[in-house]
Amino acid sequence: MSVTVKIPTQLRAATGGESELEVAGGTVGEVLDAVFDAHGDLRERITQDGDLRRFVNVYVDGEDIRFQQGLDTEINDGDEVTILPAVAGGS
Amino acid sequence: MSIESLRCKECGSTYELDASYFCESCFGPLEVTYDHSDLDPAEAKRRIQAGSQGIWRYADFLPFKGRPGDPLEPGLTPLLRADRLAERLGLDAELWIKNDAANPTHSFKDRVVAVAVAKAQELGFDTVACASTGNLANAVAAHAAAAGLDSYVFVPANLEEQKLLATGVYGTNLVGVRGNYDDVNRLCTQLADTRPWAFVNVNLRPYYAEGSKTLAYETAEQLGWELPDRVVCPIASGSLFTKLGRGFQEWLDLGLVEGAQPVFNGAQALGCSPVATAFSEGWDVCKPQKPDTIAKSLAIGDPADGPYAVEHARRTEGGIDSVDDGEIRDAIRLLAETTGIFTETAGGVTVGVLKKLAERGDIGAGERVVVYLTGEGLKTLDATRDRFRMHEIEPDLDSFESEFEHQEVTV
Repeated sequence: MSVTVKIPTQLRAATGGESELEVAGGTVGEVLDAVFDAHGDLRERITQDGDLRRFVNVYVDGEDIRFQQGLDTEINDGDEVTILPAVAGGS
Repeated sequence: MSIESLRCKECGSTYELDASYFCESCFGPLEVTYDHSDLDPAEAKRRIQAGSQGIWRYADFLPFKGRPGDPLEPGLTPLLRADRLAERLGLDAELWIKNDAANPTHSFKDRVVAVAVAKAQELGFDTVACASTGNLANAVAAHAAAAGLDSYVFVPANLEEQKLLATGVYGTNLVGVRGNYDDVNRLCTQLADTRPWAFVNVNLRPYYAEGSKTLAYETAEQLGWELPDRVVCPIASGSLFTKLGRGFQEWLDLGLVEGAQPVFNGAQALGCSPVATAFSEGWDVCKPQKPDTIAKSLAIGDPADGPYAVEHARRTEGGIDSVDDGEIRDAIRLLAETTGIFTETAGGVTVGVLKKLAERGDIGAGERVVVYLTGEGLKTLDATRDRFRMHEIEPDLDSFESEFEHQEVTV
């Protein structure tokens, strides 16, 4: 499956300035691994001991993967995967 | 003393004092640090007492180099004894209500927004924006209008009508998003990446959140430079709860007050209780929820500061409880009947949890307890509908007499 991964501005130094990456993978975990293979600096920023860091949110077509199967969430061709900081918002 | 840097709460990396909000190394939240090494507590108290009648009297502890001002200065809201409420709850405690509805747009959000808008102006932004469950929308629209800035306010489209009306009136760009607050928040996080705007609770969040500390400072000052033994505070994102703790801690560390951190009790609505669940399950992270509660101002299913709120409740040997919609409505009524204060659903959550603590025997004799009411009942009128009966009569004496002679007055 080929998907688009959106990278927040603050991480683009690690992607050579690219805001979107086209990668392949059957699950969110595989997609992220493909991203890390291409841009190794991102692995440590986004994950810790194989899991997402606690202030990282990942969405597939706008839906938080924690409401799905987390890193095992399946990906369909053409999906958009978005990585965002979780520290926004609040009352 | 002065503002020093932004520092990651997770890994300690430091950043310049600009519009940044998360750590590039680990995604952790950034927080403002200060250098108070030259602070003299007695002099600091004198500066506060000689200051303005609002939050800027605490400017030495807020994220500015100078002493900012604004036309809608919030703060110095009433701290009231609630003896009749204590009696109804069977409490032998010194119970206080901090009524933060007594702010320019009737919620505690005026504190954080005043700080964020002043910071936005200092950083040179001409447009402010926010993701809101309602009260923040009111505050951003109003403070932007007062400051002459453009504003964009994003809310769930199904918000209470009172909160929509009390936002649109200020001439803001009001955007109703078809989704819940967490959808709104995600959208705003994406927009903050593409628009040159000051999103008060996204890219200005480290500064914005500092405004909540003024509730702690005011409480201490109004209690005669003493701390409460226990606080009961609502939790949505967990930011207010943790910043209240930080405010008390700063003054303890700097010697403006003596004693120890109060016991912190957090309050959530059962229909959106990810922080209460994490506390009771012993988790270090919050599992997000899809909110379903009348307490819409607390309906954040993915709370950014949830992990820190859980930690603070544990550290102070407090807790985080939740109450259902029926208990929220009952608590709004109980508070109104015993104190004359009409609070919104979030206040119903907080008073509902106070009642639960009282029933469980968690509050000891003689404890000094402060309950934080963060919003105004007129903004969530539906919560009080059908809770009483109006006596309808003809405009003559007989009609009145017959209504009240033969019938007991029901309330």
